[in-house]
Amino acid sequence: MNSLTRPFARLRDPRLYQIAVLSSLVTFGVVALDFGIHWQNVLAVLCTALGVQWLGTKACRLPHFDPLSPLITSLSLTLLLRTDLVALAALAAAVAIGSKFLIRINGKHIFNPANVAIVTLMLCFDRAWISSGQWGSAAIGAFALACLGFLVLTRAKRAETTIAFLCAYAGIVFGRALWLGDPLPIPLHQLQNGTLLIFAFFMISDPKTTPDAPFGRVLYGCIVAAVAGFIQFGLYEPHAPVLALILCSPIVPLIDRAFRGDLYRWDMPTGRRGSDRQPAKQTTIPKGVLQ
Amino acid sequence: MKILVLTLSAMLTVLVSGTAQAFCGFYVAKADTGLFNRASQVVLVRDGDRTVLTMANDFEGDVEDFAMVIPVPTFIERGQINVTDKALIDHLDAYTAPRLVEYFDPDPCFRYEAMPLTSDGRVAAEDSAAFRQRAKAKGVTIEASYTVGEYDILVLSARESNGLIDWLNDNGYRIPKGAEKVVGSYLKQDMRFFVAKVNLEAQAKSGYTYLRPIQVAYESPKFMLPIRLGTLNAKGAQELYVYALTKTGRVETTNYRTVKLPSNTDVPQFVKTDFAEFYRAMFANQVKQQNRKAVFLEYAWDMAWCDPCAADPLSAKQLRQLGVWWLDAGVDSRIAPGGPQNVFVTRLHVRYDQKTFPEDLVFHETGDRQNFQGRYVVHNPFEGAASCDLGPYQAQLRERREREAQQLANLTGWDIDEIRARIPLLANSKPVDDKPWWATLWD
Repeated sequence: MNSLTRPFARLRDPRLYQIAVLSSLVTFGVVALDFGIHWQNVLAVLCTALGVQWLGTKACRLPHFDPLSPLITSLSLTLLLRTDLVALAALAAAVAIGSKFLIRINGKHIFNPANVAIVTLMLCFDRAWISSGQWGSAAIGAFALACLGFLVLTRAKRAETTIAFLCAYAGIVFGRALWLGDPLPIPLHQLQNGTLLIFAFFMISDPKTTPDAPFGRVLYGCIVAAVAGFIQFGLYEPHAPVLALILCSPIVPLIDRAFRGDLYRWDMPTGRRGSDRQPAKQTTIPKGVLQ
Repeated sequence: MKILVLTLSAMLTVLVSGTAQAFCGFYVAKADTGLFNRASQVVLVRDGDRTVLTMANDFEGDVEDFAMVIPVPTFIERGQINVTDKALIDHLDAYTAPRLVEYFDPDPCFRYEAMPLTSDGRVAAEDSAAFRQRAKAKGVTIEASYTVGEYDILVLSARESNGLIDWLNDNGYRIPKGAEKVVGSYLKQDMRFFVAKVNLEAQAKSGYTYLRPIQVAYESPKFMLPIRLGTLNAKGAQELYVYALTKTGRVETTNYRTVKLPSNTDVPQFVKTDFAEFYRAMFANQVKQQNRKAVFLEYAWDMAWCDPCAADPLSAKQLRQLGVWWLDAGVDSRIAPGGPQNVFVTRLHVRYDQKTFPEDLVFHETGDRQNFQGRYVVHNPFEGAASCDLGPYQAQLRERREREAQQLANLTGWDIDEIRARIPLLANSKPVDDKPWWATLWD
């Protein structure tokens, strides 16, 4: 019985769908939009991410090596971070996965791995950047469908962060346009941004780095949106959401302290409450070292 | 093998774009004079928060009653405004222009290594207390007024967009319909406006028969070009060339897709005589393929060199005149061949209107230092006396020309049969007999 249910249990892991969607986006970007992604960079990111994950697994004595998270981080880095230097691509992957093992509070890592790597590389090196406009607005419809499809497929119970962020950010963009007297096509154009959607669906939504309680997640999504709005329209910095997320990440432990909730586990995406499939040997997994 | 390089200036490429009122701001006229602007060219020198903006236009019309209204992110002092020589932008245009490279086939009967042969300002008179008082009553503050070169410059700030519009109307300028809302939006974003009018006396003294480009240096985190005002009453699409000079690498837009123009393509020989027409058709076709929503990259190169060179790289002196402040003033005016300039040039070309480009262009500098150029190749066949059977060469030539014809049709959207009709060997000739691959194997 156990051997029969295991493959199905594995399919409940939302990361599999995330990998499928992100891979499709990378393929679409390379084939249809000529992203100019160097295969050497992809290889370097992938190998480094898996290598650092393996080292971390050994160092922290985790029960098993999990390739899914580093794979997702690699795909996110491939989609968002641009560099023409292979060494920087590899460094990004090392920073991303390394941060997961090194920067932790209360059993959770603080920063989304891809986010911390992108910001670190952008701030420290001239030769790494984000191309926010690379998706154009023509492909946005299909893009949004893919993202929404991801939510539906995974029945993600932790979508509050994404929804709260998108609603709050859209509110800021439309509110600003209303105040300025700008016509509707301007805020609509500002929201039709592929990088914004990737950020909302695949970065800020990371259940491992968002608050544990539903209200905390809504609050967090709104705070990130407000900070992003300030950076974008007050400081005139591009790539505001990515910068906002790294600035807001340290407040997650504070929100967790104020609003208690369940620690997220990839193998139980629907949460513990009401679930009869809770593994009996949960205590064998050291607290705070879930990938 | 001989290489010749033909280039195309920005002005030549946009003859089809017609009458327009483009620019970062908008033109206003007192009389119903024809204001023509075929293309705007903007040089953006940027590093950190510092920007030097040089704006050139090929404005045609009576300059007497003409003014430009341009939004700028900060208050501008006299020393921040300058006029410069149009030749600088023409040189930059020529250096970065898409190019046609011509090769000559070697003698097919011989084998040899082919060698390439490469070829003051003073305070304006209108600065009267009454003038300022009248302006203030409209909610407009004339923060400063200067005469720079042949221009009278007024830096305005207004409490309300109505005030600025009324003030312009009261001073006899015709305002594009819909300008009020855009001006209002810019004012709420703390933008200032400067109005540049032509000072006829100063212009006569300067000896220039055309309007020289205006330069503005300012410090602001905003790395953008305001294009909204220019689209208000434009007839058809606007044409804009942006030449960005930066330290690190290529510049791209953050709020629109930046697409590389198709490049390094072999095209038929006749393109040599119709290069401008080819380029216009290709650009129009690419714009259409991108749903008119893309900014096109035409050139990205380290200013220290070029290959092939459409024009010499700009000298350190010329670059400083364009506002590249980080170059050492003491550097010799001539460029050291192959020497580092620490300047990366990006040429962007955008055709836009209000519908497809609703928002101002926002840029950022990337770390990409990969060279890119719009380059098209013409191969001339061998035309010398043959000392062997040219049959195989002719067959190859026919295949090559067919391939070139198809590539040209893909790039430009031109009818393939019309293209074939203009190509020797393909025109009025039956398709090549498809001999089996082994037919000449044992020859």
